[in-house]
Amino acid sequence: MFAYLVKRVFQAAVVMFVISLISFSIQDNLGDPLRELVGQSVSEEVREQLRDELGLNDSFLVQYGRFAKKAMRGDLGTSYFFKEPALEVILKKLPATLELVLGATFIIIGLSVPLGVFTAIRPHSIFSRVIMGFSIIGISVPVFLTAILMIFVFSVEMRILPSYGRGDVVHVFGYWSTNFLTWDGWKHILLPSAALASIMLPLFIRLIRSEMMETLQSEYVRFAWAKGLRPRRIWFVHALKNTLLPVITVGGVQIGTMVAYTILTETVFQWPGMGFMFLEAVNRVDTPLIVAYLIVVGFIFVVTNTIVDLIYGLVNPTVKLARMGA
Amino acid sequence: MSLLSVRDLVVKFAMRDQTVTALNGISFDLNRGERMGIVGESGAGKSITGFAILNLISRPGFIDSGHVMFDGMDLAHTSDKALRTIRGNRIAMIFQDPMVTLNPVLTIGQQMVETLQAHRSLTRRDAEKIAVAKLREVYIPAPEERLQQYPHELSGGMRQRIIIAIALLLDPQLIIADEPTTALDVTIQADIMELLLELCQSNNVSLILITHDLGVVSQMTERTLVMYAGRIIESGRTRAIINDPQHPYTQGLIKALPQQTLPGERLKQIPGNMPALSAIPPGCPFNPRCEYTVDRCRTTIPELVRVGPVEVACHEVQRMNRDTETEEQTA
Repeated sequence: MFAYLVKRVFQAAVVMFVISLISFSIQDNLGDPLRELVGQSVSEEVREQLRDELGLNDSFLVQYGRFAKKAMRGDLGTSYFFKEPALEVILKKLPATLELVLGATFIIIGLSVPLGVFTAIRPHSIFSRVIMGFSIIGISVPVFLTAILMIFVFSVEMRILPSYGRGDVVHVFGYWSTNFLTWDGWKHILLPSAALASIMLPLFIRLIRSEMMETLQSEYVRFAWAKGLRPRRIWFVHALKNTLLPVITVGGVQIGTMVAYTILTETVFQWPGMGFMFLEAVNRVDTPLIVAYLIVVGFIFVVTNTIVDLIYGLVNPTVKLARMGA
Repeated sequence: MSLLSVRDLVVKFAMRDQTVTALNGISFDLNRGERMGIVGESGAGKSITGFAILNLISRPGFIDSGHVMFDGMDLAHTSDKALRTIRGNRIAMIFQDPMVTLNPVLTIGQQMVETLQAHRSLTRRDAEKIAVAKLREVYIPAPEERLQQYPHELSGGMRQRIIIAIALLLDPQLIIADEPTTALDVTIQADIMELLLELCQSNNVSLILITHDLGVVSQMTERTLVMYAGRIIESGRTRAIINDPQHPYTQGLIKALPQQTLPGERLKQIPGNMPALSAIPPGCPFNPRCEYTVDRCRTTIPELVRVGPVEVACHEVQRMNRDTETEEQTA
């Protein structure tokens, strides 16, 4: 177990190095930060002097070395626009985004497992056909369209759910603000979470369905029927447990992808998270903030995948974590 | 009265463009404590017969007609709930490949306890006690520790013993063993068969042994059915069938045994292959491969008729028999 952990942490470090290199190399290609920083009235001499001070005239490797050294200490540069450390700006926006992802994850898990299992057990029922039909639509329609459609139906026409912002949030554990402690917060997070879930949910229903159908054909499920077990036990203990093993692996990757999809969702719902912030940063050519965002998202990706692999090892008895370290 | 009575059982498979018949009018009886073998090549319908008895034929297959009478109940036409009280409880099944029969994510203990609890109201502790006792009966060393283990931690032979122990958990009256040793090492095969025979005899359990190995059938069973292309073509006491096979197909199977050939000599084989279910020839299904085929074999399906100690479905045997009878009468 320990050897496995060390190995995973080493892998994560390599991945983070590559991510940081790629993110940082963007910096040179995003236009002149000086223009955003000082405006037009400053003379060329002063600009050149500022460039020197900021280290923008050094070679790429020197600049990256300086960046990496600072990054190790948690300093990802200073946002040009906010004039604050970029990491701090992001961390302030992080709770909103993570809660949105969490809400979407709950919706996905809560719906995909029962629907996937049902459509696998009763593939010919009308309900299954309807679900499979909707899942095709769900995969095909882009998130921003689903989001706008939801706003139209639930906020404009029915007027039961708010269309933008986080509503009442409660501050817990210092800087973390949560939607899940007030009624108003729940109402505000419902639509954005549903919109964010809309793209992954059909994918997971289909994944669980096909895995489940394959498992139901297996010899051990047949043997379970021959033992005279109740259908419910066969479906939810014998088949579902084996079905979820590959789903967990895919799920880990998708949670990371969902963080990226928050850019669209947050923009449509004016959700004050880091996806919305990222888009604004791009508009302002706030390169340190853009780089910091990419690194933070990469970090979230690496962490969730490592956690998911560890969970997989715990759920699947044939994976011995100790042996995997060797 | 017999324990199990199968009558005119027909199983079909609905394929994309046609419906094929996998079992075509199977009938047989099995007495309490009797051991019967079903032999034939792959695709003859042996395994399907085994699964059909427990009504475990899965899509796209289905029982088209016929009856499986067991203890006054027709298993081919009864509710799932009633079937559950039979499956694993009064009729148990042993599958072919122990490497894939046990659920990889559940412990041996969980898989044994759930079987007991499905049929009797037992606490987990009491169920585990029975499980340990049964594991001991199949000579599993350190049975208490096995309960905590997962299937992948055990060898194939060990897993098949555990599967036999699961089959025995509720003291069934009938065990259906579907080629229980084909997936195992040759050295372990004999052990498993011996164990199965011993357990059936000591507990007075009936056995249906599905196999393609005539040697195993002769050691294990009292009666034998020979199947070909979904039909029974010969049935009778095992000794009579082994010593004096009547049907040309059975004769071919016995001639093909390695023991029937001298070392260095080529093994004898039946020419051709079993027809696919979608392309069974008219008349006797064996006629294209048979050396005694006459015109009638290509048009009329032979019925099972008693010839001496066995029942055979072959025109030629009937004619030969009549010939010998008339010779005797004129003499």
